[in-house]
Amino acid sequence: MPHMWCAAGSRQRNPPWPDNVVPKLPIMPTNDQLHPRPTQVVHDEPLLFEISAPGKAAYQLPPLDVPAAEPARAGRLRDDIADFPELSEIEIIRHYTRLSTWNYAVDLGLYPLGSCTMKYNARVNELVARLEGLAELHPLAPQSLSQGALRIMKVLADYLVEITGMDGITLQPAAGAQGELTGVLLVRAYLESQGNARKKVLIPDSAHGTNPATAVIAGYKVENLKSNARGTVDLSSLERQLDEDVAALMLTNPNTLGVFEEDIHKIADIVHARGAQLYMDGANMNALVGWSRPGDFGVDVMHLNLHKTFSTPHGGGGPGSGPVAVKKHLLPFLPTPVVVSTDQSFALDFDRPQSIGRVKAFAGNFGMHVRALAYILANGCDGLRATTADAVLNANYIRKKLEGDYDLPYDTPSMHECVFSDARQAKQGIHTGDLAKRLIDYGFHPYTVSFPLIVHGALMIEPTESESREELDAFITAMKAIAREAENDPELIKTAPHSTRISRLDETSAARRPVLRWKRTG
Amino acid sequence: MAYPATYRFTKDHEWVSAEGTVGTIGITDFAQQQLGDVVFVELPAVGANLSAGESFGTVESVKAVSEIFSPVSGTVTSINAQLATAPELINQDPHQAAWLVKIELADPGQLAQLMDAAQYETFVAEEAH
Repeated sequence: MPHMWCAAGSRQRNPPWPDNVVPKLPIMPTNDQLHPRPTQVVHDEPLLFEISAPGKAAYQLPPLDVPAAEPARAGRLRDDIADFPELSEIEIIRHYTRLSTWNYAVDLGLYPLGSCTMKYNARVNELVARLEGLAELHPLAPQSLSQGALRIMKVLADYLVEITGMDGITLQPAAGAQGELTGVLLVRAYLESQGNARKKVLIPDSAHGTNPATAVIAGYKVENLKSNARGTVDLSSLERQLDEDVAALMLTNPNTLGVFEEDIHKIADIVHARGAQLYMDGANMNALVGWSRPGDFGVDVMHLNLHKTFSTPHGGGGPGSGPVAVKKHLLPFLPTPVVVSTDQSFALDFDRPQSIGRVKAFAGNFGMHVRALAYILANGCDGLRATTADAVLNANYIRKKLEGDYDLPYDTPSMHECVFSDARQAKQGIHTGDLAKRLIDYGFHPYTVSFPLIVHGALMIEPTESESREELDAFITAMKAIAREAENDPELIKTAPHSTRISRLDETSAARRPVLRWKRTG
Repeated sequence: MAYPATYRFTKDHEWVSAEGTVGTIGITDFAQQQLGDVVFVELPAVGANLSAGESFGTVESVKAVSEIFSPVSGTVTSINAQLATAPELINQDPHQAAWLVKIELADPGQLAQLMDAAQYETFVAEEAH
């Protein structure tokens, strides 16, 4: 890796370090249990603008066999972009290929980003999604020629309904946040049909930030619900705050501490007794699949994140997919169209007068439906149950191994993720972000930093079921080594990472005085 | 940094200082420490009506965007325009130069319901844990 920049060819540029200086490569501990991991990047890469040369092109057009037309009609030619890059195809490919090697990916190692469920997405999903009949199917093809695709959607919908214990589902929403909005709009439509849409949505202080954003966009006021000492919903606060104006409680279960809401039945009863709806954010569904069904514990409406729980691509644009499952009383309001099956065939049902309408073009992100179904079928019932069990086991293994090194703010049992705090290291002036940056030196993607907000200085770790014992042990060893460094050499951590092309960015200047466009200097 | 003895404080870490019927509002030193480097401040327009306990603007730091809640009710008479170009003032001088808005107090009696400096100091000492 250190010599990667050499491969970039004969560009007029300096190596990333002066000739007479030994590159400051990872300050790795000498602990022989730790091996350097091939996930670090030290080479530099110029911008396309900087490697541009006039006259180069990545295309060649055949000679004109018609008279040339005036290229620039009045006002149509932009002259405010100077120095537009000119490069050959291979130069562009090399540029982006080199950049792609800077990515940390689950294909390189553990990706313990809590709350994100960065599981490995098996190649079989991609194989299936690339089948010509699926990949090339036009979204406007008539239903008679799209029976296979409609069947995939119907079978996936049925499986997701069974997994969640709900009564129906829409696959349309593009991702979790849009799923939330769809779900709360369903609540609003239902309550309106009952005569009163109500005014407020209750949201626990441990919730994802998207929940309050969703409620506000759906026209509700947000009211914060404080967690109790166990990190779960405080029933007496809930009783007190749940008045006639509350439309819904938006709850994540297990919550963002990775703690299962044990009183979920009582919570559902309280919510329903006051005529409100129980919304479940399905972000943490990876802890429940095959073991516990939201429909059975009183949830009225919930979204799933196929890109978390059901193994479709996450990050890099995904795209995501956020189906919304509902109980019977919300079915009439689902977005149109809904895939239905008749005796012989499948069809799209548009005739739903109470529907909230369409929330996404065509069938939603259909390619993700294909992948999610491939995942469900490849695992089967037993496989899905085992997946959930492994995800919970892995998180608890990490928790047990690290609880002597890091502060555990809530000792309530963990599900698929565990949340530590930086309380011990903060005494040395080291905070969760510093520890995360040092983790980069050890070749791991950082855990989720400073979330959930109810834990001051949170380290939120979600290994998922994908990791082997060996990979978990390598991570644990690194985290333990960092805890020791925090005591013996705090400066090393405060200045980390040391192994990367760029160390700490000046985030403040970047935000206060952003440079948004490249300008040629000299 | 000491909390000015004549100011009043909220649990959401705003301060208000009153002179006659004019109230000046800002965020506390504790708030700016928790936020980290402030990079952007969004304030209401002059003439806007603020209600006690309701959000009237946002402070954005490198860590988070936080709402600012009005300690008391009133009508905005001026805003601190300097913060648009120098948001770092909030980190440097939260109790003086980085005031956010001045308002015409609707009910000076509301001040008595807020914490004084000593109570606020005790409050943040607990909050820090």
